[in-house]
Amino acid sequence: MSTQTAAAAVPDTGARAPASAASALVRRRPRRTGWRTRLELVLLLGPALVLFVGFVLVPIGIAGYYSLYQWNGFGPLSFIGLHNYTDALTGPVFRAAIGHNVLIAVLSVVVQLPISVGLALLLNRKLRGQSVLRAVVFAPYVLSEAVTAVAWLLILQPGGAVDGVLAGLGLGGLVRQWLADPSIVLYTLFVVITWKYIGFGIILLLAGLQAIPSELREAAAIDGCSPWQTTRHVVLPLLGPTIRIWVFLSVIGSLQLFDVVWIMTAGGPANASTTMATYLVDHGFKRYEFGYGSAVAVVLFVVCFAFALLYQRFALRRDTEGALTGAVS
Amino acid sequence: MTRRTGVLVAYFAAGLVVAVTVAPLLYVIIGGFRTTGQLNTDPTGLPHPWVWQNYAAILSSPSFWGFLGNSALIAVIATVLAVGLGSMVAFALARYTFRGREAFYTLFTLGLLFPLGVASLPLYLWLRQLHMLENPLGVAIPEAAFSLPVTVVVLRPFMRAIPTEIEDAALLDGTGRLGFFWRVLLPLCKPALATVAILAFVVSWNAYLLPLLVFNESANFTLPLGVATFQSQYSQDTARVLAFTALSMVPALGFFAVAERQIIGGLTGAVKG
Repeated sequence: MSTQTAAAAVPDTGARAPASAASALVRRRPRRTGWRTRLELVLLLGPALVLFVGFVLVPIGIAGYYSLYQWNGFGPLSFIGLHNYTDALTGPVFRAAIGHNVLIAVLSVVVQLPISVGLALLLNRKLRGQSVLRAVVFAPYVLSEAVTAVAWLLILQPGGAVDGVLAGLGLGGLVRQWLADPSIVLYTLFVVITWKYIGFGIILLLAGLQAIPSELREAAAIDGCSPWQTTRHVVLPLLGPTIRIWVFLSVIGSLQLFDVVWIMTAGGPANASTTMATYLVDHGFKRYEFGYGSAVAVVLFVVCFAFALLYQRFALRRDTEGALTGAVS
Repeated sequence: MTRRTGVLVAYFAAGLVVAVTVAPLLYVIIGGFRTTGQLNTDPTGLPHPWVWQNYAAILSSPSFWGFLGNSALIAVIATVLAVGLGSMVAFALARYTFRGREAFYTLFTLGLLFPLGVASLPLYLWLRQLHMLENPLGVAIPEAAFSLPVTVVVLRPFMRAIPTEIEDAALLDGTGRLGFFWRVLLPLCKPALATVAILAFVVSWNAYLLPLLVFNESANFTLPLGVATFQSQYSQDTARVLAFTALSMVPALGFFAVAERQIIGGLTGAVKG
């Protein structure tokens, strides 16, 4: 404890001072610092605790409470038990929404991850303009989802830039109703999400690659490994922790997907791109079904929480020693 | 595959990635210099002639600057609160010993599992009870609260790593522990403080869902809300919306251009630890 070390240090340096004064200091100090320390701790922790409890924990408690009631936000609350939950979980639209979130999560891991790893491996060498490249690739990540969504909405509109480019390449037959065709709208949204987030993945993986000592590759090469063998058996395993964190962030992000979908399609056409979060806002907020919306919020929260804990337990455990927060710290 | 072809493939891949990244941005920026008529006849052409009205109209409209000001105000309040209070917590949890310290830490780290998006609807109901709707603080304070966990998690190990000798020296010189925190520790933690400040600022600047629920009057809108609303208002006038979108990108991209190293380092570092 540092208060003790501080008190213990006093006699050392104050050796020339009268011994009685020094010992008096040591004797009196613990009680005073104990009181003072407590006050300091209240000052340091109090405000943040109020903020955290008041605006993070209380709302979550509120969601749990309202989820048991039918409430339009103004009239009286009527208790209906778990009815909101069974309603949501048996409703076809919400079930479909969960399916859409899962599809986006799976696509992210299956499509974005190999592309990011491949590009990071390719770019992890001395290239001219490496720093410019990193900045450019990262730029979409800095833009807000709202701006990204509006930009792509305009690019993808019928007769817009994408259609123009395809026609110019003689591929006019490929033109589709990118956002209005229920069978492809999710894939269109996935492309937009990929454009926005892939740079972050590449930069993260590049940072992971640069943390691998070059001696290891050299040793593998001396032992007769081909470049492919070195990559497969030396580099990729060492990149494991970075990849596992990327997967975590990507899946959690996919489960909470809202901004881009809400602005580009609002969950349409005909609920073909509804996600859990757009469903939550559509019902809980737009239609004033606050009790029902709260139940959906709790479900969404439980899904994310369960994934985080399971992933932590089974995938991240070897990277971080059991800390709940390993995923982010 | 020789080394040389490897490098060529790498340059080709790099060029492709840059092209795919930049093309949509260029389309938005250049499209803003065209008219909707030009865009309709040839969606991918260059401006002919260059039109300045779209940009000029937006830059001279008070609403764009209003959105910008609201976003900046909220992001600054959220960042100051998150970094200020978060660093105090991190200090207490890093350099004091007291019962329940680890429980406190776990409580804050639990917050990492509660994303702001998920909590938005209950937050809206709560803010309504507190009469904080249509109030910048109604967005800034929750954003700060949700940024606290990351701030504490990033700062605590950093503050722990500062040698006790420095603290002892400061205490001997007659500074209290709070004085040590303010005058010695915080200046030593500048790089980590920059990281968490950037994180909190970017999260707030880009937030869409919470402001969407809290603000109903367009005078209070933040930039992300403003862009989305402008798009639905002028959906027939593509060129104008492109110009508005391009201008909305400017602050984020400008900030990024100035502080690119810290932002990339901060965002990837906060994730990787």
